[in-house]
Amino acid sequence: MTIMRPLRADVPSSVERTGTWRTFRPVIHLEKCTKCNVCWKFCPDVAITFDGAGFPVVDYEHCKGCGICEVECAPGAITMEKEAG
Amino acid sequence: MARLTIPEQELMTSGHLGCPGCGATLVMRYALKALGPKMVLTVPACCWAVMSGAYPKTCVSVPFLDCAFEATGASISGLRAGLDAQGKKDVTVVGFAGDGGTADIGLQALSGALERGVDAIYIMYDNEAYMNTGIQRSGATPWGAWTTTTPVGKTGRMKREEKKDLMGIVLAHNIPYAATASIAFPEDFVKKLEAAKALHGPRFFHVLAPCPPGWKYPPEHTVRLGRMAVDSRVFPLYEVVRGRYRITRRAGRPTTVAEYLKVQGRFSHLDEAQVAEIQGRVDSRWERLEGLERSTAEVA
Amino acid sequence: MTRTLLTGNHAQSLAVKLARAQVVAAYPITPQTTIVERLAEMVADGDLDCEFLEVESEHSALQACISASAVGARTYTATSSQGLLLMHELLHWASGLRVPIVMGVVNRAVAPPWTIYADHTDTVSQRDTGWIQYYAESNQEVLDTVLQAYRVAEDPRVRLPAMVGEDAFYLSHTFEPVETPTASDVDAFLPGLDLPYALDPDHPARLGSFMPPDAYMEHRKNVADGMDAAAAVIDEVEREFRERFGRDHGGALSLFACDDADAVLLTSGTAASTARSVVRQMRAEGHRVGLAKLRVFRPWPVARLRHLAARVPRIAVLDRSFTFGFGGALFQEVRNALYSPRGGPLLRGFVGGLGGRDLTPAVIRSVFEDVLKNDDPEVAWVGLKEVR
Repeated sequence: MTIMRPLRADVPSSVERTGTWRTFRPVIHLEKCTKCNVCWKFCPDVAITFDGAGFPVVDYEHCKGCGICEVECAPGAITMEKEAG
Repeated sequence: MARLTIPEQELMTSGHLGCPGCGATLVMRYALKALGPKMVLTVPACCWAVMSGAYPKTCVSVPFLDCAFEATGASISGLRAGLDAQGKKDVTVVGFAGDGGTADIGLQALSGALERGVDAIYIMYDNEAYMNTGIQRSGATPWGAWTTTTPVGKTGRMKREEKKDLMGIVLAHNIPYAATASIAFPEDFVKKLEAAKALHGPRFFHVLAPCPPGWKYPPEHTVRLGRMAVDSRVFPLYEVVRGRYRITRRAGRPTTVAEYLKVQGRFSHLDEAQVAEIQGRVDSRWERLEGLERSTAEVA
Repeated sequence: MTRTLLTGNHAQSLAVKLARAQVVAAYPITPQTTIVERLAEMVADGDLDCEFLEVESEHSALQACISASAVGARTYTATSSQGLLLMHELLHWASGLRVPIVMGVVNRAVAPPWTIYADHTDTVSQRDTGWIQYYAESNQEVLDTVLQAYRVAEDPRVRLPAMVGEDAFYLSHTFEPVETPTASDVDAFLPGLDLPYALDPDHPARLGSFMPPDAYMEHRKNVADGMDAAAAVIDEVEREFRERFGRDHGGALSLFACDDADAVLLTSGTAASTARSVVRQMRAEGHRVGLAKLRVFRPWPVARLRHLAARVPRIAVLDRSFTFGFGGALFQEVRNALYSPRGGPLLRGFVGGLGGRDLTPAVIRSVFEDVLKNDDPEVAWVGLKEVR
């Protein structure tokens, strides 16, 4: 007799490496960054976090390259650059 | 580092299957920040039913119950009853559904839940069509939009019906709280969610969620469009607390409807006269909204 | 133990109260209405501590129960006919999510044309949805079966929802004497619901999901295994019920006078009561006939049926429902279970009693006489007027 297994799903989706979807990647030019947090705020993929100094860091395993961060960055510290290959 | 303007805690993971630049994912991300983690989400068939990816994955760190397409209103009623019966009254019940599952097929169940005074928060993320099934029109699709079931073709068919006034419908049930929000203004959305969380009874959110494939624009403009929708007054931000209307954003420099529509391929077939028609309707709806704000200012 | 006069509907309500259902969500439909009205009175009087949702449709009633179950509450709903049909997609949801809802169905024929009278087409038409399905013959059986259904549905080897059918008006609105157990006796028989996968903010998970082809079949097999396991659990629970309360209702297939029978009638619901008195009458006249009352339609009692068929040369199956296909649903299941290249008893299917058409002693007797004498036709309608 099979042990009843319900439809319970609890593996975090972060195992899915959606970074492979990208054709452009965001590059943050720290010298222009004012640490305003807007890029973090508007990332639909939760792919921007902060380093110890408070600068934004892109999680390239998951970033889909949508480009919202480039458009919303007021000081123009982010540029979208074509992925190699 | 500048002070964060919305809660820092993330209750959503990356690796979800949302399209690049998906507005609906931002709706969930902000809602979870404001309402979680002591909550149960229920989600019908919609983009968000697919977002987590296949079993056994989930991309939110709160309990998530799939429900039938028509039935989000019934699902929140059942969740609230089931939790209350076990004394778990401090767990927030949240229904999270698309415009199709709310304005059309889900309207009956929503109306029933509101009429019964369900103690739950219902968030309708509005990408203005049945996006999960490939961009078919819904009752929330705006006048003039191309969709796959209202293609323009040679006869200029397009969507010829006005967008349903969901806020008007829910407010006809005399609920204590209803508000609009846009993913371009997360602080406003979070503040409204926190206000709603402090109340009891049915609380409803109509949140605009721009959709790159459905509205036909490059994904980097999602937040920009969410802002232009509000500042052109196509999608005003307001809340209604116990019948009192309050507009929560008045743009310093309003955008024109034409500028807003121009970014979106789904409106590219409109001529100047049609755009002017839309502008006219937007203007009169705004006047009506301002009138409601004035006339309900004294409501307790 | 007290004896009270109860209608079938009020037997359901009492059972729900004794079972300490925590959430009741129901929408009115004749002739189910008095089940829910009595529950509402109990709540209003403070006699039943449950969350009572006056939902706006049957579809919403079942979704509300599913969601309440998903967070660990014991739930109940009731309906008939069109209401059950409206619930159809959610019947699949309930069994697929493994939520142990118990639902009373007052068996009523389906429209069009409109009818409020008894037949089993409503529940029969939902036989593919993964619910355990019981049919009751008396109001005592209604009460007892609802209590047993909770135990079976909630058993860790099963965890499937269950419906308890009772014939419209014959049971729902007819008073019969019923022995009513005490609350403490029922508490000892039916402990609180324990659902380990109930949704809980402390252990977040998703219940439902999206499943591609590489996993769906295994999920479906898992649900099927739960239904297979239910057969043994149903018997176990009834045995325990007999030990505790001193009575049972014969198991999934309850036999009467079958041991040396030349012909047996297999049927379900109140027609079985009529058939039993016909059997007594015909036996007194020297005819060797018997009755196999089908109490549990899902899971289908294959083993019991095969055991019966090994000893009996002729079986008449009386379906009080209609389904398209070769013969009625019970007939199809009987034939299917008994098919063997080595042969078996003669099987004949009869369809009757639809839309509340009475299955009188005379009609039932005619079925016995027909099957004792004649080998065909394989499928026939009984009690049908001539159609011009």
